[in-house]
Amino acid sequence: MTTSRSAGPGRLPHVTPKTPFEAVVAEHGATVLRVCRAVLGPADADDAWSETFLAALKAYPRLPADANVEAWLVTIAHRKAIDVTRAAARRAVPVADVPEPPAAGPADGRDIDLAGALAALPRRQREAVAYHYLAGLPYQDVAAITGGSTDAARRAAADGIARLRKTYPGVVIPDGENS
Amino acid sequence: MTMNHDADLLQDLPAVTEAELAVLRDRLAERADAEGVLDVAYRTLDTPVGTLLLAATGAGLVRVAYPVEGHDQVLQALAARVSPRILNAPRRLDPAAREIDEYFAGQRRTFDLPLDYRLATGFRRKVLSYLPVIGYGDTASYATVAAAVGSPRAFRAVGTACATNPLPVVLPCHRVIKSGGDLGRYRGGPAAKRLLLDLEAA
Repeated sequence: MTTSRSAGPGRLPHVTPKTPFEAVVAEHGATVLRVCRAVLGPADADDAWSETFLAALKAYPRLPADANVEAWLVTIAHRKAIDVTRAAARRAVPVADVPEPPAAGPADGRDIDLAGALAALPRRQREAVAYHYLAGLPYQDVAAITGGSTDAARRAAADGIARLRKTYPGVVIPDGENS
Repeated sequence: MTMNHDADLLQDLPAVTEAELAVLRDRLAERADAEGVLDVAYRTLDTPVGTLLLAATGAGLVRVAYPVEGHDQVLQALAARVSPRILNAPRRLDPAAREIDEYFAGQRRTFDLPLDYRLATGFRRKVLSYLPVIGYGDTASYATVAAAVGSPRAFRAVGTACATNPLPVVLPCHRVIKSGGDLGRYRGGPAAKRLLLDLEAA
């Protein structure tokens, strides 16, 4: 019978529909880029972002509908950041004259550039700060991504923030040094 | 709570701008397409009948949607029925956008685009495949189309097939009207149907 209404091909009951991937990029793209920049610095962050979202797009249909998308993306970004760092290390050519590191900022030893101050942290601290404070993940999730215990992740983030407070003055301008 | 305080410190990091993200998103769409993992590409197109959503799979144009359908809902339905690997990726839609532009400019009478009929099955697909036979500027009644596809009594099902046409404008269901001359239903609303028929009569 061609006139009867079709029952529809195997309609699945109770399957939570997944949002189009475009919406995932729109919602989390900026945060993931901030995380990549914090962990890798601006030069390599774009590559890590691209690799992260391409890998996420490929795996997206298999992601459980109730998954924490942000934690999933940061997990992928963490691995991609490691890949990018390794690739950069392979490309690096030893140079005879090692250039001087960039000027350290004001004479009191403080670094006025927060991104620079972040880059100067040990990687573990950078990751913990980025995943907890920029991506908003609880320390338990941070630990699951970086390895190690929840306490260790919490300590790494606390140590990182403490170091940033020392090297980066933020909005606090010391009296009488505005020359 | 120190978390907020500490997070405030990081507010001083350079902001991520929309322009920076737009570059990255374009690059993602291109790479996804090149690697064959962009299951549905879409864009919007401003036309005299409103902003149309155009979506294509690798096989061809799969959906044209009117504003009244709610573009977000249409994309959500595509995610469920085709694949959630969906990106705003205009390039794949360039040929469709060009032809639709030409059509509304009165410079095109037939569409020459690969079409993906997967959103219509069975009798509905049969009806849709027949629609291009009704020429530009012509109309046919639901009953005529039913007879033409070999089911003369199925004019109501023809109406349903037209009302649920996933590719309006391109597959000209707007040329199917009631026997008495009344325009009948249309996915984009009666005003859009009138506009298309007037355009073609000009």
